[in-house]
Amino acid sequence: MQDEDFLTIRLMVNGETHRLVVEPRRLLADVLRDDLGLTGTNLGCEHGACGSCTVLVEGQSVRSCLMFAVQANGHKVMTVEGLAHNGEMHPLQRAFWEKQGLQCGFCTPGFLMTAYELLLHNQNPSEEEIRDALSGNLCRCTGYQHIIEAVQSAAQAMTSSATVPSSTETR
Amino acid sequence: MKPPKFRYFAPGSVEEALTLLAEHTDGGRVLAGGQSLVPLMNMRLVQPSVLVDINGIHELAYVKAWNGGLAIGTLTRDTNLIDDTMVAERLPLLREAARHIGHPAIRNRSTVGGSIAHADPAAELPAVMVALNAVFEVRSPSGSRTISAQDFFKGYLSTDLKEGELLTELRVPGLPSRAGSAFIEFARREGDYALAGVAAVIALDEDGTIADARLGLCSVGPAPVRALSAEALLHGQRPGNEAWEAAAAATVSALDHPLSDIHGSAGYRRHLAGVLTKQALAIAAERAEGNR
Repeated sequence: MQDEDFLTIRLMVNGETHRLVVEPRRLLADVLRDDLGLTGTNLGCEHGACGSCTVLVEGQSVRSCLMFAVQANGHKVMTVEGLAHNGEMHPLQRAFWEKQGLQCGFCTPGFLMTAYELLLHNQNPSEEEIRDALSGNLCRCTGYQHIIEAVQSAAQAMTSSATVPSSTETR
Repeated sequence: MKPPKFRYFAPGSVEEALTLLAEHTDGGRVLAGGQSLVPLMNMRLVQPSVLVDINGIHELAYVKAWNGGLAIGTLTRDTNLIDDTMVAERLPLLREAARHIGHPAIRNRSTVGGSIAHADPAAELPAVMVALNAVFEVRSPSGSRTISAQDFFKGYLSTDLKEGELLTELRVPGLPSRAGSAFIEFARREGDYALAGVAAVIALDEDGTIADARLGLCSVGPAPVRALSAEALLHGQRPGNEAWEAAAAATVSALDHPLSDIHGSAGYRRHLAGVLTKQALAIAAERAEGNR
C-alpha cells in the first residue's frame, strides 16, 4: 500500500490524546478496539441497528460502527472506559450492577453511554423519557425492565449526591 | 462487515467539495451523516472509490427564516430539527416527522440533506418535503439550480441529482396562519422503518371550510407519494369524518406500487395508508382550528 492510503489523525479519547495512522476505511469502533485496546465498546450488528457500539463524540451519542475514525480527527471521544474514576464505578455503572441491569453484558456499554448522554441533559427523566432515549439499544437478555430501573436509580443517586455528570463530559 | 477501501477527502467549503466531486465522477460519493451510506458500505452493497466528506463544511449547517417558512442547510442534523425553536414555531411538521427518524444516536449524525439525497422510500423527510411544496437548491461547478421536491424524487433511491452535483439547501415555504399539520406513521417498533407514514396539512378558510389540503406519504411506493386527487376532493369541504373517509379512499386508490416484503404486504400497506391518512387529516384539522 502507498502512503496516500493512510492518514494521520489525532483522537482525544477519555482525556488522553492519541496520534494514529489509519486507513480511511477503518471504523471508529475498530480503531478504538484494535488500535487503542479499548475493547469495552462492542460491535454487534455493524449497521447501526443494535446500539452496542454507542460512544460519545463531543458529548453526543453516535454509533461508532457508522463513523470512520478519520471523521473523529481532532475530536473528543468518550467510551465506556471513561466512566469510572480512579477505579470507582460511575453511579450509572453501580446502578446497573445493583439493579441487575445486565445479564450477558454485551449490550451494556452501549446502554451506559446512551443513558449517560440522557442524564447529561435531563437529570430527572421520566420512565417514558428513559424508554425513548434507550429505544435504539437492543438487549436480548434482560427484558429491559431492570435497565430502566437502573437508569432511574442512577438519576436519583446522582441528584442526591450532586454528582455532576458533566465533570467527566469533557474527557 | 467492514467497508472496502476508498480514498477520503474532507473539504472545508462547498467550492472545494464541488471540485472534488467533478474530479471523481467515476465512483465518488458524498458522505454526509453516513447513517445510510456507511451501513451499505459495511455490507459492501456500495463500494465508492472516493468519499467526499462534507461534515466539515459548516456553511451547510443552518436553519434560517425564508418566505414565511425556512431555508435549511443540507448538513443540518435531524437532532437540530427537533431542538430548533424556529422549526417548532414555523414548521412543526418537520419536528414531528424528525422524531420518527431512527433513534437519538442516529439523529445526532443523520442529516436532512442526506435523507433527501438518499431517497429511501421509507424515509420521513422526503414525504414531508413533497407535502410542504419544498424546493431544493443544487450546486455544481457550473452554477446552481432549484428543483421542486415533487420533481426531485424519481423512484427507489433515485433522484434528479446529476453527477457532480451537491444538494445544498432545502427551502420550505411557510403555511397560512389558519393551518395545521400532522405526521404519523406505523412501524413494528419505534425507530424502525415505517410500514406507512402520512404527512398532512390542512388550511382553513374564514368560514371554516378547507382552503388547502396536502398529503405526502412514505413507504407506500418507490418514491414519496403526493395524494393530489385526495387533496382536490378536500378542497371546499367541511372538516369531518365524511371528508376524511373520502380522502383516504382516494389516497388508497391512487397508490400504484406499495412495497410487499416480510414486514408487510402491499395490501396491508394500502390499508395502513388509508387509516393513517384519516387520522393525520383529523389531527391536522384539529390543530388548524386551534390556530385561528
